[in-house]
Amino acid sequence: MDKSTWTTKVGLAQMLKGGVIMDVVTPEQARIAEEAGAVAVMALERVPADIRAQGGVARMSDPELILAIKRAVTIPVMAKARIGHFVEAQIIEALGIDYIDESEVLTPADEEHHINKHKFRIPFVCGCRNLGEGLRRIAEGAAMLRTKGEAGTGNVVEAVRHARAVYGEIRRLKTMDEDELFTYAKNIQAPFELVRDVARQGRLPVVNFAAGGVATPADAALLMQLGVDGIFVGSGIFKSGDPARRARAIVEATTHYNEPEIVAEVSRGLGEPMVGIEISKIPQDQLMAGRGW
Amino acid sequence: MTVGILALQGDFREHEDMLRRIGVPTLQVRLPRHLDRIDRLIIPGGESTTIGKLLAIYGLIEPLRARVRDGMPLWGTCAGAILMAQRVADGRADQPTLGVMDVTARRNAFGSQLDSFETDLQFAELGVEPLRTVFIRAPILEELGNGVMALAHLADGRIVAARQGRMLATCFHPELTLDERVHRYFLEL
Repeated sequence: MDKSTWTTKVGLAQMLKGGVIMDVVTPEQARIAEEAGAVAVMALERVPADIRAQGGVARMSDPELILAIKRAVTIPVMAKARIGHFVEAQIIEALGIDYIDESEVLTPADEEHHINKHKFRIPFVCGCRNLGEGLRRIAEGAAMLRTKGEAGTGNVVEAVRHARAVYGEIRRLKTMDEDELFTYAKNIQAPFELVRDVARQGRLPVVNFAAGGVATPADAALLMQLGVDGIFVGSGIFKSGDPARRARAIVEATTHYNEPEIVAEVSRGLGEPMVGIEISKIPQDQLMAGRGW
Repeated sequence: MTVGILALQGDFREHEDMLRRIGVPTLQVRLPRHLDRIDRLIIPGGESTTIGKLLAIYGLIEPLRARVRDGMPLWGTCAGAILMAQRVADGRADQPTLGVMDVTARRNAFGSQLDSFETDLQFAELGVEPLRTVFIRAPILEELGNGVMALAHLADGRIVAARQGRMLATCFHPELTLDERVHRYFLEL
C-alpha cells in the first residue's frame, strides 16, 4: 500500500474538477458551503477582502479554527500557508488537513524560495499568473494550480488575464518545434521537460482552477469557458447579501457553464454582490498577485 | 453504443479519455434530455454531496432510476459508488442519492487525504494479473444484499468492488490508470 504518491496527490484535485472551493472563516460558514454544493472548503481566519481592508501581516490560521472547520464538514478541507513558510505547512500536514494552499493572499515568509513541496505527504495547490510561473510551482512539487487573479477585490479582470495567459501560452506551445521549445522554456524560466510535456499533451500536467475576484455566477462561467477546471471563491460569497443562495448559484453556473439559460436563471434575484474594487485604485504595494515568482 | 458519463462534477474527462482510447463513443450527461441518447452510464469520482445535489436540482434522479430499472448498465467509481448505494454511512443525513444498489457505502472510510493510497488488488473477474488501484478519500462497501456479489477485497478483507446485475460499484479509480480492463468489463455487463 503506497500512500501520498504523485497519483493520489494529483488525483484528489482531479476529483474536485468542475466544482467550487469556497473560503470559510467559521464552522457555520463551512456547513453553508457544503450545503450549497462546494467540493471543498478553504479554512481561513479572514477572507482576502478583510485581509486587504485590515492590513498587517497575514499568517496561517489558528489550528483550532482549522480543526473546528474540518469537524463541521465531510468534504475536503484546505488551509493556507505563507509562501516559503515550510513550518506552517508542516503544522497543517500534522493536523491531517487534505490540501495546502501556498498562498500569495498571506504575507510571504520568504522572498526567494517557495516551499519544497516534494518533501511533504500532503498535496499543495499554488497560484500562478502565467505558464512559466505555474510550471515552476509544479517543478517544486505543486500537485494543483490556480490562476491568482487579484484576491479580495470582487473584480474578475485579473483572473481573466491570468487564465488567458496560461491557456494562450499552451496554445502557442502546441505549434512550436523542439528547437523553439528550448528557447521558449528558457524565456519563461520553466524546466524544459515540463514545457515539452505540455506541448505534447496540449494541456497542463495538473488540474488548474481559477481564483481571485470571482463574485457572480457569470464570472464563474466565464472562467470555465476560458478553460479552467474549476473555481475558487474567496470573499465573493460571504461578503455578499445572501451567501447561501449565491454559493449555490455559483456551483450551478460552474457545472452548466455552457448553458446560458441556466446561468441566467441562477443569476436572478441573488441580492447584493460584494462591493468590487478597481485594480488601478489599489496601491502597487498592496497587490497580492505579484507575490511569489 | 454510446456510453454516457455523468458530467455534473468530478473526473469525468478521465473516463472519457479511457473510453476514447478503447474506441467507444461517449456523451457528457448534465441534464435529463441527455439520457435519451445513451445506452450505459458511468458516474465518475468527485464529491458525492455536490453531485447528489446537482442530480436532485436538475431532475435527474427519477429518470435515472427508471433507466436502471429498465436494465441500463450503470457503473460508479468512488463518489459514483456512494451515489448508487441504498445506504450511506458517515455521510450527510440529507445527502441526495440514487440509492439503486443494495449495499452500504461508508464514506471517507480511510481518513483524510494523507491516507489516500495505491495498491495492487486481485479482481478475479479480470483474470490473474493484479489490478493497480487508486483510492482517494475512498469509501468501502458493506452489508451487501442478496444478489450483490463482491468482486474485490483489500488485504484486510474490506470490500471495494461489487456487482448487482448490470450495476457495478468500485471504490477506486480505474480511470486514473492506463489499465483498460475494468472499463472493458463494464462495457460487457
